[in-house]
Amino acid sequence: MTPALLAALTALREAKEPVVVATRLPGGEQMLLPAPEAPEALNVAAQRALDRDESGTVNLEGVDWFLHAYNPKYRMIIVGAVHIAQALVPMAAQMGLDVVVVDPRRSFATDERFPNVQIMTDWPDEALDALAPDARTAIITLTHDPKLDDPALDRALRSKAFYIGALGSRRTHARRLDRLRELGHDDAAMARIKGPVGLNIAAVTAPEIAVSILAEFVAKRRNAA
Amino acid sequence: MSVEQLDILSTAAAWAQAGEQVALATVTETWGSSPRPPGSQLAVTVSGKMAGSVSGGCIEGAVAEAAMATIASGVPQLLDFGITDERAWEVGLACGGKLKVFVERLA
Repeated sequence: MTPALLAALTALREAKEPVVVATRLPGGEQMLLPAPEAPEALNVAAQRALDRDESGTVNLEGVDWFLHAYNPKYRMIIVGAVHIAQALVPMAAQMGLDVVVVDPRRSFATDERFPNVQIMTDWPDEALDALAPDARTAIITLTHDPKLDDPALDRALRSKAFYIGALGSRRTHARRLDRLRELGHDDAAMARIKGPVGLNIAAVTAPEIAVSILAEFVAKRRNAA
Repeated sequence: MSVEQLDILSTAAAWAQAGEQVALATVTETWGSSPRPPGSQLAVTVSGKMAGSVSGGCIEGAVAEAAMATIASGVPQLLDFGITDERAWEVGLACGGKLKVFVERLA
């Protein structure tokens, strides 16, 4: 890989732009895709690799190209700088996720409790408006407090977030859905919320609950049955 | 292991930036029960640093050896490991998978 190509690739990845490195095999000539000057078929194949989030080799007109898809990291927005979040944040980071913790309660949302992670102390609806969740974003509410969880879930349902989870018992969740219904969300839309959040592995401790949440996140991301 | 170390390309780029001679190996195609999907990467340096993986550990040694040749010559290589290839048995790809690995010098 030439220094120029590496620099261009690094700049695009830092700007969170999806990009494909195309390598002609076996010779090794490389280019970044999509590019206006590239053959149409190559651009189409590159876009497909990004959409599927899968790298691989394609044969176009007798030539093998390895298409390496670099999508931006998945993002996890955690509402509630609580004890479970302290367990969840480092595990999510280890999985390569971009993590943001949102909590307007400054006694909870401290750098000391959450080192090396982006913290926002705005009200959750304002924070989510600013973060603009997309289809590679997961939103998890952990506060148990309707004042904080409800506005976050309201914004989450209005976004394309691919995974939405809310901590709380079935009873808590049923009451939560009643309140969200009053905000104009119907049952079909609210079915997107995983509540109680996480796979049922009978988790008890904060790290165990974090594992169950991340397991459900992975199952959704990898389209597990 | 920090998150940055999980991103092999960034690790390799940082090593190159620091003056190391670096090669990057990338899985380009797999068949059968290969443990790591296309796009998986291994970065190695002449000084002996190593990050990432292209298999479950079976062929890393052979890939690292090829990487030294590519660093020296500047010529990329497309390596083929498979059950029909005696070399694959030699280096221990006992999982029964087949894969191709592209090896290039970084910057």
